Amino acid sequence: MNTADVLRFASFSLAGARTRTLLMVAAMAIGVASVVVLTSLGEGARRYVAGQFSSLGTHLLIVFPGRSETTGNPGMLLGETPRDLTLDDALTLTRSRAIRRIAPLTVGAALVSTHKRSRETPVLGSTAEMLEIRKMSMGQGQFLPGGDPRQALPVCVLGDKVRRELFGNQPAVGEWLRIGDRRFRVIGVLAAQGQSMGFDTDELVIVPVASAQMLFNTSSLFRILIEARGRESIEHAKQDALDILAQRHDGEKDVTVVTQDAILATFDRILRALTLAVAGIAAISLSVAGILIMNVMLIAVSQRRQEIGLLKAIGAAPAQIRMLFFAEAAVLSFAGALAGLVLGFSGSFVIGRIYPVLPSVPPWWAVAAAFGTALVTGILFSVAPARRASRLDPIESLARH
Amino acid sequence: MIRLDGIQRVFQVGDQAVHALRDIDLSIGAGEYLSIMGPSGSGKSTLLNLIGLLDRPSAGIYRLDGGDVTGLSDEEQARVRRDKIGFVFQFFHLIPRLSAAANIELPLLLAGVPAEQRKTRVAQLIRDFGLAGRETHRPDQLSGGQRQRVAIARATVMEPAVILADEPTGNLDRATGQEVMNILEGLAASGVTLLLVTHDPEIGNRASRKLRMVDGRIVADERASS
Repeated sequence: MNTADVLRFASFSLAGARTRTLLMVAAMAIGVASVVVLTSLGEGARRYVAGQFSSLGTHLLIVFPGRSETTGNPGMLLGETPRDLTLDDALTLTRSRAIRRIAPLTVGAALVSTHKRSRETPVLGSTAEMLEIRKMSMGQGQFLPGGDPRQALPVCVLGDKVRRELFGNQPAVGEWLRIGDRRFRVIGVLAAQGQSMGFDTDELVIVPVASAQMLFNTSSLFRILIEARGRESIEHAKQDALDILAQRHDGEKDVTVVTQDAILATFDRILRALTLAVAGIAAISLSVAGILIMNVMLIAVSQRRQEIGLLKAIGAAPAQIRMLFFAEAAVLSFAGALAGLVLGFSGSFVIGRIYPVLPSVPPWWAVAAAFGTALVTGILFSVAPARRASRLDPIESLARH
Repeated sequence: MIRLDGIQRVFQVGDQAVHALRDIDLSIGAGEYLSIMGPSGSGKSTLLNLIGLLDRPSAGIYRLDGGDVTGLSDEEQARVRRDKIGFVFQFFHLIPRLSAAANIELPLLLAGVPAEQRKTRVAQLIRDFGLAGRETHRPDQLSGGQRQRVAIARATVMEPAVILADEPTGNLDRATGQEVMNILEGLAASGVTLLLVTHDPEIGNRASRKLRMVDGRIVADERASS
């Protein structure tokens, strides 16, 4: 009996018991579909985070004050707070050959007002390099001017939403507004770009770093953003930054430098684990489908005793009988898996439509695994029924009951 | 062709041993037409099943075509059954979801005969057995006589040397039974060995050799003088 004949015979048997077949295909399909949908959600979340990070700019390092690990240094015991990062710290970093550019960052919130309207807005102090490092783009006008960052120029750049709220349809560039107790001239508006790593750039007001320090009456920095020269110099840049800052801080290693890759890798690991966990849960529903198939196959064997007896009488060997039942299970699982894929893909398509920010595409490994598991469980769980069928006594099976 | 020596078949029913066949010695030549008659429980079906390799004797030796088939494995017996033996049953035992043609084709399918040959062979039998126009009908769309003709076609499709028929007319009316007997006897006349188990003396007496069984023993073995 060749494979095509076996499959044809199996398909006929399945078509002969339509309700049973449909139920089993549905069970299998739901299992496979849930694997596909759930993993595509997990994978979507992972890609979303990865996308967020790469929108931050590539080869990015972030310096912030304080150390991430606690060691027994005497400063802690004496209640000494970590030394602040200063603008000079930041500017010194450009000495490293591994570092292409830096952008110091100061943040605060202030009341921003025109003569008509006002609102409370996060204010970011930085330099001209910020635009490049954060890969932002301008809507109108220009970004902060270059030149000496220690100079507190009275200019500002608005996020798109801030512009709309303060100026409405009126032109904003060239206008004066008040931030806190100082007056600034609007020299540019950022293009609308939405959320990026917790900062909604649409709601920001950006001023030169020195102006922000004056506004908030501080000499410290919130962060220093560093762009390394290339992917391979990220580690080098990190080491240089640590060395330079330690040197400036009397040998005290009191800053933390994280690379975007490290953060990304952590998120990646967490989300991948999450996806796997979710896939595991979905796989349980697949094995439930497998057990259902076994049950129904066992019933089918007892219902089809006469047929099995007849097949034996006309010369079917036990191995052939087993093969026929395997083939049935295989055809069934294949149909179920296929239906499940269709269901799963349309499901994740719908999710993608509802939540467009989630790139919900099921990962290929999950699709392959779901398909494979469906086939394997289906066939594995048909071993017992197939054996039972092949061992039926033909005389008893043929006896009219 | 068929040789049974000292065949015993004992069934264990509860803690009681039931002797379905006791000490059967029987030799059947190629092309013989033989009927087995006897009351219910006399062991005639058991004997037929044994000859058809659906059952194994508790003791004794069964030779088919000179070879000992008693000790063959299940797989080997299935092969012998497929190639040399055709069964015809009282209740036809057609597969309900398959068409008449597909039912006839089954043994060829199991034997792995290529599709082309299968088709010509089945078409041939459908003509021979007067089933033209019915090949796509499913068994429940056929009359009893037609069903039995499909079953006989299935039994002969592998061109077996032996046909074993267990009450082939038991479920048919007289006229249809007659028609089926004619077909079977036609096969016998063409050289096939035909073993017929029946209750009906009128049918049994048509055979050229008649066995009578009682209590698991052959009590009479008559050959018609022809």
